[in-house]
Formats: sequence, C-alpha cells, structure tokens
Amino acid sequence: MKKLSARRRHPLAALVVLLFALAITGGLYAAFAPAEKAQADSSAQSLAIDEGKRLFAVGCSSCHGLNGEGSADGPSLVGVGSAAVDFQVGTGRMPAQQPGAQIPAKRNIYSQSDIDQMAAFVASLGPGPVTPTSEQYTSTETDAISKGGDLFRTNCAQCHNFAGAGGALTQGKYAPSLEGVSAKHIYEAMQTGPQSMPVFPEGTMPEKQKQEIVAFVRYQANEAPNPGGLTLGSLGPVTEGLFGWIFGLGVLIAVAIWVAAHTTKAKKS
Amino acid sequence: MSHDNISDDKLPDAHAASEGHGLPAVADDPFADPGLPAHEPRRTDIDERAAQRAERQVSLLFVTSMLATVGFIASYVAIKPDKLVFIFPLGHVSALNFALGMTLAVALFCIGAGAVHWARTLMSDVEMPAERHPIEADDEVRADVIQQFKTGAAESGFGRRKMIRNTMIGSMAMVPLAGVVLLRDLGPLPEKKLDHTGWIEATPTAPIRLVNMNTDEPMKAEDLAIGSLTFAKPGPSASRPNGLQDSDEDFQQAIAKDALMLVRIQPQDLKDEKSSALGFEGVLAYSKICTHVGCPISLYEQQTHHALCPCHQSTFDLSDGARVIFGPAGHPLPQLKITTDTEGYLVATQDFTVPVGPSFWERSA
Repeated sequence: MKKLSARRRHPLAALVVLLFALAITGGLYAAFAPAEKAQADSSAQSLAIDEGKRLFAVGCSSCHGLNGEGSADGPSLVGVGSAAVDFQVGTGRMPAQQPGAQIPAKRNIYSQSDIDQMAAFVASLGPGPVTPTSEQYTSTETDAISKGGDLFRTNCAQCHNFAGAGGALTQGKYAPSLEGVSAKHIYEAMQTGPQSMPVFPEGTMPEKQKQEIVAFVRYQANEAPNPGGLTLGSLGPVTEGLFGWIFGLGVLIAVAIWVAAHTTKAKKS
Repeated sequence: MSHDNISDDKLPDAHAASEGHGLPAVADDPFADPGLPAHEPRRTDIDERAAQRAERQVSLLFVTSMLATVGFIASYVAIKPDKLVFIFPLGHVSALNFALGMTLAVALFCIGAGAVHWARTLMSDVEMPAERHPIEADDEVRADVIQQFKTGAAESGFGRRKMIRNTMIGSMAMVPLAGVVLLRDLGPLPEKKLDHTGWIEATPTAPIRLVNMNTDEPMKAEDLAIGSLTFAKPGPSASRPNGLQDSDEDFQQAIAKDALMLVRIQPQDLKDEKSSALGFEGVLAYSKICTHVGCPISLYEQQTHHALCPCHQSTFDLSDGARVIFGPAGHPLPQLKITTDTEGYLVATQDFTVPVGPSFWERSA
C-alpha cells in the first residue's frame, strides 16, 4: 500500500485511475444491462405468436405500440412481414438503443427462436415478406458470382461501394459495410428495404437474381483475392492518396532528414 | 563510431584553419559580417583508403540498381500474372505486382542513394561564394544594341513600306485559322441531340414500354412495391425493334441519356401535384443523370425520398418533383411522363419535356 501511495503523484497515475474507473463502469453496465432480461423460455413453439407477442410487449412495444400499430417513435409494423423482424432483430438493429439519423447494427441479444416467435407475431399483423429459407438465398449455379457482380454494380454499388465497403448518404445516414453480413440477412435486406435502403421486390428482382447478388457479396467479403495488397478500406483514391501523401512523402522526408543529420566531415562537431 | 574520428595530427593544422578568410575582419565592429565558417575537410578528403571505400560503396549501389533492373525484367518474364503469394502485412498479393514494384523501387532507390553518397563523400564540397551581378547591361552595350535594331529596321524598310508591313501582319494573323478549322474534324456537331433522348420516339399512339434493367422485361405497376427502386431503359420502338440492348453499337451513348430511375412513393406523400400527375399511382420515372455534371445518380433513400449524387452531393427530393435540396445541381431531375398500356405495362408516351443531364449553352429550358 505504501508503495502504491508513494506513486500517487506519478504523471501516469491519473490515467491509470481513469482506466480502472472506465473498466469498472463498463463491467457493471455489462453485468446489469436491462437487455439481458429480455430472454424468455422458448419451450412453447406451438404458441409462437403468443410468445412472440409477449416478447414484443417487452422489447418493442414502447416505440411500435402494443399491437405494432406504431407511434411517434417508431413506424407501424403492420405488413412488414417476418423477414423484416428477422433482419432487424437478427442484426441487432432492433431494439434500438436510441433514436438517431440511423439505427446501427449491434450485438444481437435474442436467440433465433425468440426472433422467430416475434417474427410470427408481427407476420400475424398483416401479410408481408416471409423469412427466406436457405434454398432461397443459396445459389447452386456456377456462374452466380459473376452474374451477381453485374447485378450488384447496377443495383447496389452506388451506395454500398464497389467492394461492399459501404458509404455515406445524406444527413448523417450511411450505407453499412456488407463484410460479415450473413447470406440470409443480405437476402432479407433486399426483400424488405430496411431504413433508408430501397426495396427490391420479387417483381423487379426475382429470387434467382437475389441469390446471385448474395453469392457475389459473400464471395467479395470472404474469398475474393486482393492482388493489390493493402485494400486501405476499399474506399478508392481517397485513402490511397492519403496513404501516399502521408506515408510516401513522410518516408522521403525522414530519409532526407537522416541524410542531412549525418555529417561526412572528419571532425564531428 | 570511433573509427570515423581521425586523430588530430592527421587533420590540417586547426590553428591555421581558424585564421582563414572566413573570420570577422574587424573585431571591434559588433555588427560585422561573420563570414562563412572555415572549411572542414571530410574524412574522404584526407584519407585515401576512406575515399576508395566510398567509391566502392557508390559503385555497389549502382551495381545493385543494375541487378534490380535485371530482376524486374526476369520477374516480368518468369512470374505468371495470376499467381498469388502471402506477404505480411499485405496479405495475399499478386506475386508479379509485388516483384515488379519491389525490383523497380530498389533499382530507382539505389541510383538516387548512390548519387547522394557520391556527392556527399567524393565530389568537392568546398564552399564557394558567388557574387551577384547587376542584371542590366551597361550603357555602351545597350546603345549598341538599340543602334543595331534601328539600322535593321531602316534597312528592311519595315517602317517605310507600310503595305508590306500590314500584309505581313495580316498573313500571320490568318495562318492560325487553318488550325481552328481543323477542329471541326473532332466529331459531328451535337445539333439537337442534347435536347432529346431515345424516348422521343414515344407517342400516345406508339408508346414505348419501360424495361427493367435487371430482368430485361417490361414492368407492371404492381411489380414495383412502395419504397422500391428500379432502373429502366426503353423497350421496343420503331428504330430499335428489340429495345435498347447492351449489344447495340451506340448503347453507351443511348443509355447515358435514356436511363431511368423508377421509384414508388405512397401517393399521399407526394408534395408536388405536377410531378404526381406525370407518374402513375405513385410510380415516378426520373432521369438517372445528375443535372450538375451528369453523374449517374441513384443513391436513393426510401424513407426520406432523397436521391444523392455521389460526385458532388447534390440532393434531390423525389417526392417533391426532384427539387434540388442541397448541392451544386442547378435543375431538378427531369421526369418522364408515364402511364400504362392496354396490357397494364408501364409505358412512356412522350419524351422528357426538358433536356436531361447537365446544363449547356443553348439549353432551352
């Protein structure tokens, strides 16, 4: 203790205390966060809608209303379908932490069976896009990736970037990065048009084309080789130029300083 | 690096150096020019072995550069373009790109490093003051030049024979016109091409269907859900019986004007009655070409109905007749009047009423 108190005036002491305080606050929040309480037992699969309604009342109704009719804080969920619930809750976007320009994806706190129950309840409010099965979003065609690339560049790349890295929209909104997004969620996003994203309905983009886009995005995010080396975020000339100016010129300046700092004179001054 | 320091007895007499030309001449004057510090010799100036070592180092750098160039050529020949290798921290990179980049970098760097090392160790580094001279020539030279000019002018008769002078100036002014006329060969004149698009062939009696860019099929209004975004091109017309196709020779020129962005908005959300009337039950067909400098614009937010141009952030409110709400664009996006034909497919019955794309001098509207 004496050793500790002797160092209380060390220049880094304040930083250490701050780090401890932050760690304790964060730990307590993680331990007592209300989100964990939303877990419910999922034994009653046959009564999915009733169970879903109960989960909905706890996690969603404060904004979307007890019967999903919507309020000033959240839109009506009548007719959004089970696919919208599976996407919004499955990617952690819903329940939203706070209102804002855009609700970000975060860690999902529900089990898949909870999500399915809520989806069943919301689907019972009105007909809408149905959660896809894995046959729907998995393509077996060998040319799916190249066809999907064409479709991606026509329909998606304008917002999500040519490599799916995402990009900015108006007034604080943005198109998120597609890296690490599951095939099902990509398919559901096209079906339901979450937040700012437009809908790509069956009538204008058939299931097969959605499969191809999913195949391309998954390939782009996971397997595509990158012959250029560092992607620098795949943001194009902006990051590449910044890297060139800062690192390239920085190295040149450092070398010039190093050369000038080493005299060749016989007598070192 | 103690071996770099040479013992004092090998150096030229330090006392003698300090009395060199560089020291203040008048010690009493506190503002006197201190002059240059005395010249200090380099190790390579006084030690022949050091000079030879520096020479070898410079040559080694130049030889390394040569070897790297040979390596560049060898990599180009030997490495297959599709070979990938893992290199930390770059990840999986093309072996060819990496080898070409590294060898060329080494080749260029060693030339530079060799030149710098040569200049620093072996070329003369004795300080040499160079006095500035007045730029103006002295009076005698100036007078002589002026006299020569006057003599030349008088002998040529330039000032006296005005007809020759004027025709010469005229001929020299005319010659560049020959080059200006050749600019006509840059291409056909635009004529009225900028004023209309491929949709001009659409008439109420011979409408043109809107064809989905994804499926290459015509669309019905019910195919387009509320909040959807679809890209469309002209379908079959008199001059293009199969509609506009990627394989058409002039596809790029045509799609640059004909491209449509179809959105469907709840009819009660539409703020502009004129725009609403041009659409069909909330389906609106806007030009996809930004009116600022012509970028394809399709960053559409279905909740706010904003369309954002990625080039210069012009933002259009598609629920309000594509009014410009932000950015440098000067006009709303042109809207194509659409309706449905007898089979229920979406069709255009006329061209855009204003030119699509960026403004130009003769733009009528």
